[in-house]
Amino acid sequence: MSATPQLPPVAKLEQKTVVDLVSKGKRIDDRGLESYRPLEIKVGVIEKANGSAQVHLGKSKVLVGVKVETGEPFPDTPEEGVLTVNAELVPLASPSFEMGPPSEEAIEIARVVDRGIRESKAVDVKSLVIQKGKKVQVVYVDVYVLDHDGNLIDAAAMAALAALVNAKVTKMEMKGDEVVVKGGHHPLPLNNYPVAVTFAKIEKTLLVDPSLEEEQVMSARLTVTIDKNGHVCAMQKGGQYGFTVEELKRAVGLAVQKAAENRASILAVAKG
Amino acid sequence: MELSKVIRESLEPVVLTDLYPRTTIDLFVEVLQSDGGSRCAGITAASLALADAGIPMRELVAACAVGKVQGKLALDLSDAEDKYGEADLPVAYVPNANLVTLLQMDGALTPDEFETGLNMAVEACKAIHTMQREALKKKYHDIKEVVEEKEEAEVVA
Repeated sequence: MSATPQLPPVAKLEQKTVVDLVSKGKRIDDRGLESYRPLEIKVGVIEKANGSAQVHLGKSKVLVGVKVETGEPFPDTPEEGVLTVNAELVPLASPSFEMGPPSEEAIEIARVVDRGIRESKAVDVKSLVIQKGKKVQVVYVDVYVLDHDGNLIDAAAMAALAALVNAKVTKMEMKGDEVVVKGGHHPLPLNNYPVAVTFAKIEKTLLVDPSLEEEQVMSARLTVTIDKNGHVCAMQKGGQYGFTVEELKRAVGLAVQKAAENRASILAVAKG
Repeated sequence: MELSKVIRESLEPVVLTDLYPRTTIDLFVEVLQSDGGSRCAGITAASLALADAGIPMRELVAACAVGKVQGKLALDLSDAEDKYGEADLPVAYVPNANLVTLLQMDGALTPDEFETGLNMAVEACKAIHTMQREALKKKYHDIKEVVEEKEEAEVVA
């Protein structure tokens, strides 16, 4: 069951300020309609993890850890490793986040990040097989939202990509019935670098990278994930209104451009 | 759970919820047999069920998916086409408002393929929308016929 979320009340004056500014082509933090907030990326922040990254998108902060374990493949894909994405909205990140089972918002973030990585075939799952149909490596991508100031999907997707690029895996092999360490580390094999670009619609205007104030007044949201070839690999519309066909086409074109810029920033840091 | 969310968000733009303060409208979509396109069929049926329940709406919502199978764009993918195809893009559309209220995508499409695919899906949704209107009208037409027959019988008696 899914119910219309009860959003925290926002002062009328604040709503009006954001909407009025956007209708004039301006934004509350002075950036352009098509610009991102300052992006800061750090990798290897958690030493015990196979890979990790922390992304600050303006005041939004997201930490992603990649953990690789041995496990069993799914019966329908015996020659592929397993990829799992999970998102946790930690209570300290926002007054609206609470302890307990994952919220709808958390599930959506995890699913959109997962779709981008999976559909672009970013992780080379075939290389994760230790013994066909029996033992494979399982890649856990865990997203932790540390501070919520809007556009968590993009921050999470960028942090996930940076953490995957940063990840090192131990080589494993079978000795009899046991999985043993073959020795040596190697980077997690990646084939693609998907980057998510999120738009908000306020009145009739599309803007990129909505902040929390803008998310509180937006009528709809659109995430477009672009792979390294400039192809669309995942999309998700959210919010209680919709987009016109023309807006969608414009958004995809703009997403290709923005994704390329952000991908360059991520790879510059993550690949070192 | 994510599916419930996107279905709810695809219908919310057309339902006049302002008329129902402090009220919940429960909607149950039951998939009897799944062979691809269940979320689109669900939305199409749900919007008709809401109209049938007499809930005030701006318009009906129609939904249809477009995908890419063996390099070709195709409408309304079946389960096998979705599994082994290259891309799937379910769309829900409100024709008179020109509003896309559900849009998801997985797979790989070039921006040009996306544009062509979206146009195909929108045209398909318009065709479904016409069928939805006919189905609603037919219900009342059938009732009218039954009533008229009864009235005639009474006059004769």
